[in-house]
Amino acid sequence: MKRVFVNEKWCLGCHLCEYNCAFANSGETNMAKALKNVKIRPRIRVEEDGDAITFAVSCRHCSDPICIRSCISGALSRDETGTVCIDHDKCVGCRTCILVCPYGAISEDENGVIQKCELCVKNAAGSPACVAGCPNRAIIFEER
Amino acid sequence: MDMKQYCIIGNGVAAAGCIEGIRSVESDAHITVISREAHPVYCRPLISYYLEGKTRLENIGYRGHDFYEKNNCTVLYGQEAARIDAASQKVRLKTGEEIAYDALCVASGSIPFVPPFQGLDSVPRKYSFMTLDDTLALEEALNKDARVLIVGAGLIGLKCAEGILHRVKDITVCDLAPRILSSILDDECASIMQRHLESRGIRFLLGDSVAQFEGSKAQMQSGETVDFDILVLAVGVRAETGLVKEAGGNVGRGILTDTKMHTSLDQVYAAGDCTESHDISCGQSRILAILPNAYMQGHCAGVNMAGGSEVFDQAIPMNSIGFFGLHIMTAGSYFTPEEGGELYEERGEGTIKRLFSKDGYLTGFILVGCTERAGIYTSLIRNKTPLSEIDYEMIKQNPSLLPFGKKYRVEKLGGVV
Repeated sequence: MKRVFVNEKWCLGCHLCEYNCAFANSGETNMAKALKNVKIRPRIRVEEDGDAITFAVSCRHCSDPICIRSCISGALSRDETGTVCIDHDKCVGCRTCILVCPYGAISEDENGVIQKCELCVKNAAGSPACVAGCPNRAIIFEER
Repeated sequence: MDMKQYCIIGNGVAAAGCIEGIRSVESDAHITVISREAHPVYCRPLISYYLEGKTRLENIGYRGHDFYEKNNCTVLYGQEAARIDAASQKVRLKTGEEIAYDALCVASGSIPFVPPFQGLDSVPRKYSFMTLDDTLALEEALNKDARVLIVGAGLIGLKCAEGILHRVKDITVCDLAPRILSSILDDECASIMQRHLESRGIRFLLGDSVAQFEGSKAQMQSGETVDFDILVLAVGVRAETGLVKEAGGNVGRGILTDTKMHTSLDQVYAAGDCTESHDISCGQSRILAILPNAYMQGHCAGVNMAGGSEVFDQAIPMNSIGFFGLHIMTAGSYFTPEEGGELYEERGEGTIKRLFSKDGYLTGFILVGCTERAGIYTSLIRNKTPLSEIDYEMIKQNPSLLPFGKKYRVEKLGGVV
């Protein structure tokens, strides 16, 4: 399957991936309307050590995802492509997935259930908006 | 060649893991599931969320409605296994019917432990809180005038309290232990959560237990009397080890297995709450009755039953649990300085982070109200990562991937994991 891969050497630390992620998952068609004066909750996060090191982290779509094995509500599953997806209607917000994800790639959404990168398969972008908007190819979407 | 026959005793999450484990190796064999409960596999921890109104009955199924059909399973609902004949590889049901197997998985779970309280028989409305049927029976008794006494301030008792608080008049929780959630929290963190629950109206009688019941009245050891309408018994659970023990298999407090989940009986595996696990955070064998372990053990058993190869050797206790918006995560073992443990502590407004390390490894943590990215800490415990290999000073303050160094990040963020 195609996944999002990170090349931290090329990351500028511009945080555009976070904004593009938040916009793609907002359901809005106007970026300003979606993001202006909003505390964004992106599913990809840039970690930084001053300016020296910066890189983005999002769900790895592991081949053996411990989040799915640990989910107490059956809300996490893989779709036919292997994308690890969350059923927001089934999720009760217990956060067991946050307790087990070794990459810290799952977080709470504004409604108290969880959110994670689903490779933009469920939103209008259709393929990862973070990758499409990265100015320096520091994150790429491909098969490896 | 005849099609292989697999049998699973139990129909909980460990059984579902076993089915998926078998099917990851072999697509043809037939699987028989012996289910005491008359329901398809459901998410047992969601029963309190159901009473609270955070999920619906049609949503608590663990897998899709076509799960058994898709996996070529026959489920015997309402049936119980009476004995295992390991020599002839047969399970006999209470009805007398026999099921032959090539490999068997015992995923019989646990049952509520009810101490022999004097006068318990005289209590008209008493409930356990383990199964969906328990939950539906309890729900029928709930009403706005009901006074509830819950015996047991552990995870089950307190999740029950949270679930029903808005549907009853008042709730008193008693426990013999001097603090709530005594199996996962230390004194201070327990008292923070206790105050939080008290602020919502739950009353506690700790270090106290019922001396005697007389109808709907509990006479406590302390001398206090509690009048109630509904009694919930959540004292603890006991692993269902009987079938394996009677068949001559090795059991302790739970069924004993190797890391392939194989018991001491030929072709008999075991998984889930009925087993003991080797807790790698303290090096001891203990019962870790938590859902992730149940699934992972079941999956491991299933793979090995079908001739594949999987080991489960990363068991640790871990819990993510919230009450009325205050969230706590715990994992591993907490060693005191006398035991050679080291504590890192950080406090914020309404938050506490406690990281416990020993001999250069993270062994456990308690996080109250600050649970973001906690899985990074959990992975340090499960993987037994030497703290000398990472920047521990940095990760203590902020669970992140920076402290792991570039090689790790290139591997994990630049490759398939």
